[in-house]
Amino acid sequence: MTPIAEMSSADGDLIDRLRSGDEAAFVCLVNTYSASLKRLAMAFVSSDAVAEEVVQETWLAVLTGIGRFEGRSSVKTWIFKILTNRAKTRAIRERRTINFSELEDPSEPGHAAVDPARFLAASHPTWPGHWASPLETWSASAEDAVVSRETMRVLQRGLERLPPAQRIVVALRDVHGWPAVEVCEVLGLSEANQRVLLHRGRSRLRGALEVYFAGNA
Amino acid sequence: MNDDTLREMACQELVEVITDYLEGTLPEVDLTRFEAHLASCPSCQEYVEQMRALVRLSGKLSTRSLEPATVDSLLSAFRRWRDSQTGL
Repeated sequence: MTPIAEMSSADGDLIDRLRSGDEAAFVCLVNTYSASLKRLAMAFVSSDAVAEEVVQETWLAVLTGIGRFEGRSSVKTWIFKILTNRAKTRAIRERRTINFSELEDPSEPGHAAVDPARFLAASHPTWPGHWASPLETWSASAEDAVVSRETMRVLQRGLERLPPAQRIVVALRDVHGWPAVEVCEVLGLSEANQRVLLHRGRSRLRGALEVYFAGNA
Repeated sequence: MNDDTLREMACQELVEVITDYLEGTLPEVDLTRFEAHLASCPSCQEYVEQMRALVRLSGKLSTRSLEPATVDSLLSAFRRWRDSQTGL
């Protein structure tokens, strides 16, 4: 089922303004999407500088392609697909071995959300699989009002250390606030795979925060 | 009622389906088990709150945008592109 999507009126308006040479419309688009474009590019290429180039190339391709844009996808999805294609091409040229298969097949073993040692054994007579000791409470310390810069640094470092596929999915979903359906479309992931990557990434980050808060207790 | 609805969800299972729960994709049977367990388990309540806190905090992370020089050169490219369009 591939219906030709009606171009949303907001997208249609944006396209009209770009085609007519409205600089403010272009600037608005660049400001809105460049950070997440760069984040996505960083997952494919080796350096910040190369990611920056790929984003720049993407915007140039948007300009040359805008006349042919038919609105079969949203403007946003169209732009991010251009970026993905360019970043992949660049990665191949750099001979970087990106684990694309990780994006497609997240079913590798050994990915418990929480260390199994934290739970009572499955053979426990009363509480099989329950927390062996109560969870330390720190969620209240992570409330926005009191969150420290150090906490944010721990989170940022944790994000950077995630495997690339988990990092992209968590960043687009939670840092950039994309809905799941857009992440799936741009990365070519099934909804189930997207969720598995999100789950693994978030679980690891929660673990990193837990270690940090335990050290500060 | 079948066996699944009767079987209590263990904490170790809850931490593996929490993303499905937060995404609203947990099947009905498991949702019932999830909520029943949660109601009686302070540690898992905390775990859910930690995941929610993590998502909120992630939304506060700063994002790196383009260097000012790149934005300038994009603007120049836009103006060149616009000028090349006139007369079409």
